[in-house]
Amino acid sequence: MEVEALKKKAAEIRRQAIKMVYQAQTGHIGGTLSSIDYLTVLYYEKMHFDAKNPQWPLRDRFILSKGHCVEGYFSILADCGFFPKEELDTFCQFNTRLIGHPDRCVPGVEMNTGSLGHGLSGACGTALACKLDDTNCRIYTLLGDGELAEGSVWEALMFAGNYHLDNLYAAIDRNHLQISGKTEEIMTLEPLQQKCEAFGFATEVIDGNDISSILAALERLEHISGKPKMLLLDTVKGKGVSFMEHAVKWHHGSLTKEQYEQAMMNLAEKESVL
Amino acid sequence: MNTPCRKAFTEKLLELAQKDKTIMAVATDSRGSVTLNDFAQLLPEQFVEVGIAEQNAVGIGSGIASCGKTVFVCSPSPFLSGRSYEQVKIDAVYNQRNVKLVGVSGGVSYGTLGFSHHSLQDISVLRTLPGLTVLVPCDAVQTKALTCYMAETEGPMYMRMGRNAVEQVYSENETFTVGKAKQLCDGTDLTLLAMGELVWPCKEAARLLAREGIYARVLDMFSIKPFDTEAVVNAAKETRRLVTVEEHSILGGLGGAVCEVTAQHYPVPVKVIGAPDGHIVAGESPEVFQYYGWTPQGIADKVKDWISRIH
Ligand SMILES: [Mg+2]
Repeated sequence: MEVEALKKKAAEIRRQAIKMVYQAQTGHIGGTLSSIDYLTVLYYEKMHFDAKNPQWPLRDRFILSKGHCVEGYFSILADCGFFPKEELDTFCQFNTRLIGHPDRCVPGVEMNTGSLGHGLSGACGTALACKLDDTNCRIYTLLGDGELAEGSVWEALMFAGNYHLDNLYAAIDRNHLQISGKTEEIMTLEPLQQKCEAFGFATEVIDGNDISSILAALERLEHISGKPKMLLLDTVKGKGVSFMEHAVKWHHGSLTKEQYEQAMMNLAEKESVL
Repeated sequence: MNTPCRKAFTEKLLELAQKDKTIMAVATDSRGSVTLNDFAQLLPEQFVEVGIAEQNAVGIGSGIASCGKTVFVCSPSPFLSGRSYEQVKIDAVYNQRNVKLVGVSGGVSYGTLGFSHHSLQDISVLRTLPGLTVLVPCDAVQTKALTCYMAETEGPMYMRMGRNAVEQVYSENETFTVGKAKQLCDGTDLTLLAMGELVWPCKEAARLLAREGIYARVLDMFSIKPFDTEAVVNAAKETRRLVTVEEHSILGGLGGAVCEVTAQHYPVPVKVIGAPDGHIVAGESPEVFQYYGWTPQGIADKVKDWISRIH
């Protein structure tokens, strides 16, 4: 997809995610909106997969380690044809398979997550197995920045560096917020790039809400061999909806009718100038 | 010949992995304690060292298994069942990965090393995870058979073994069905239900009791999950008194599993013999076994005392 088409697609996914959160009256919308541009690049430009054969052994994999930010992810999987789009209306409804976290009963989902600090280990194991099998599959995973306080993340970072997993593309949705406030006030994460470099990663720090920057950074990382890759996505929590941007209260929340209409109007305005 | 179960396990695993290249072993700086040195040397491409990181080991193992491999994550059971409990719950069980969690030095194998190194809660915490098979072999023959079962059968599993050389309970070529208890001898007065290293002492205790006219059935409950409910109910109906014997806390282990069955299906008196819910005496495991009466004579004495009091 061209950059402009990817931007339009990201806007469409944002609208769908807002609609799901409004209908369900629940959802982790802030981190969903910050991460949608990255997910759009992965699914509509970078990853090789077959939605009609989700278990195709040579597919690239994506693991959503920050599993609570699932609304954009489900919207993309449905849009890519893994399951019917109408099913998105069942998000968080009684007896749905579209629960508030990724679950492998949903076609296209690679790993059940929810509790934080699990996705990177799963991605590392998958990346190692793909290397042992001499496949060219790439393994992508997205972590939250608040998630980085989990010690298991650092065990996995150490493992990735030790085994030179250059088919591993980890990314951190660095929106600087978590449920209780600013990440640096809750638990200092910086200097994050240096920490990742010290663990043996090739890193890129980029505007994670800018499609062109994401594409360019991935392109640069793809030329590096012998090292796992880390994208530090500098993002805005709530990106695209003015009253949600940078607002910690929208980590998790439900929208009133007025808020929903305002959010949709907001997104439409931004899309119209693309 | 007395062989430690872990040695029987690693010999069998090596044999299976030489034939099947999709079998992998993941270690947590544990190749010595698990006796995986030969495996690591002979099959380096099937061996993954994770370092002292049990959480990551289960996560990595589950990730490897997602690519169609059969992964044995081998680590001392106190850490595998405790430190990585959530990875077992989510990465292995919730994700339904083909991961075999092999806990060595279970129970009080590390008896002098203190509470941190005892694994006396592993069965109670792991047997409640839906879909996780839980196995506790009692000797080398059974360990080898269960290792083959784990390699051949899809799904997450936990197998717990002790560190010591154990008496051989079964003759070579004995077969086992997961989900079915193994009856070692029959009796009419009570049933001794045991797992792991305490199966052999129960078998011997039954002989001692028989000399005094007390006839005990002995069941090897190596398959903690799936659990042989039918064997427990039949034992309750036919022998009227049940005594569970385990190298595990008296809370939530084999005793708990038996009581769940009898209380709901055929209530009879049950005596639970195991580790107290409190301080555990320090000592090499034979000393600890002696202290708590986990010996043929100790078990026979407890049974006689209990029977005399419940009449
Ligand atoms: Mg955040």
